[in-house]
Amino acid sequence: MTRQQVLDLYFMDARSKLIDIAAFMDRLERSSGEEDFRMKAFREALSQLGPAGADNARQVLLKFSDPTLEPIAVAPGKGACGAWPG
Amino acid sequence: MRYIEPHAHMVSRVTDDYTRMRLAGCEAVCEPAFWAGFDRNSAEGFYDYFCQLTEHEPKRAAKFGLPHFSWLCINSKEAENTALAAEVVALLPRFIDKPNVLGIGEIGLNKNTRNELKVLEMQIDFAARHNQLILVHTPHLEDKLKGTRLILDALKQHPQIQPGRVIIDHVEEHTIRLVLDAGMWAGMTLYPESKCTPARAIDMVETCGVDRVWLNSACDWGVSDPLAVPKTALEMQRRTHSAEMIDRFIYQNPLKFLSQSPHFRLPGISKL
Repeated sequence: MTRQQVLDLYFMDARSKLIDIAAFMDRLERSSGEEDFRMKAFREALSQLGPAGADNARQVLLKFSDPTLEPIAVAPGKGACGAWPG
Repeated sequence: MRYIEPHAHMVSRVTDDYTRMRLAGCEAVCEPAFWAGFDRNSAEGFYDYFCQLTEHEPKRAAKFGLPHFSWLCINSKEAENTALAAEVVALLPRFIDKPNVLGIGEIGLNKNTRNELKVLEMQIDFAARHNQLILVHTPHLEDKLKGTRLILDALKQHPQIQPGRVIIDHVEEHTIRLVLDAGMWAGMTLYPESKCTPARAIDMVETCGVDRVWLNSACDWGVSDPLAVPKTALEMQRRTHSAEMIDRFIYQNPLKFLSQSPHFRLPGISKL
């Protein structure tokens, strides 16, 4: 596909998602209390976006991922929270 | 359009889903054993579940003209109790030769614990000794990268495992190349809220190629869409992919992998 075709197909969807992210960050800003490790990873991932050849999706996923290789002793629960606490 | 749904938890779905899948062009559905949303208290609970997967659900699917196949195992979310896991694995020889059973799955990791890894290795060994195909679940979200690495290491360390007989499911952009470079198959799972979207799945095919990849909905009791595969095919049409390319991705590829099991036979197809 050409860049024009990609824009025609996906620009409105991406624009909508970008505004959702912006509104989420405004909502967080208006709220009280401290942020946690999830938002730290989120902000780092956002800062990675943009440069040509940046492999954006993969880099964002890596920002949220546990980079270690040692199995843990006991599961803290069954679910995942979306970001590695470190 | 024709497609194979290689990963769907139909015991959690209603009969309307079978009708809609059939109308959309589904020609076979494959159901890995997994977590019911709660922990089972005994091996007897798994025995009943395996009966459901190998006896009842194929009959229910057949009423809608859909061939139904199963994978058996104890899933990673219930693998912390290694004694229970050993009891469940001991049940497998009673079911593994049932006519709709394709192999061992979905084994894998959830939180990447030592016990999960022990149970994974136990089931890799079972699959190797019984010459079974393997379907692997990779962990969610922040645990996926680490879990995928540990799983690949465990598989590579077993001398009898043939990479081409293993599918690693739920890959995303940061894990797909690890899997393909190991010579294994990669499954992309389409979830509305996690895993990957139709657009991202197609991106991965466009960047990594269409060899050794398949697409599935993994529809279950949570937020999921049993028609995610045909919807992605429509998205591929919008991106001007050819009918041949789409057919390869959603029909011929799963047919090729699954046909390595002597139990996977579709009406009108004697061999690939």
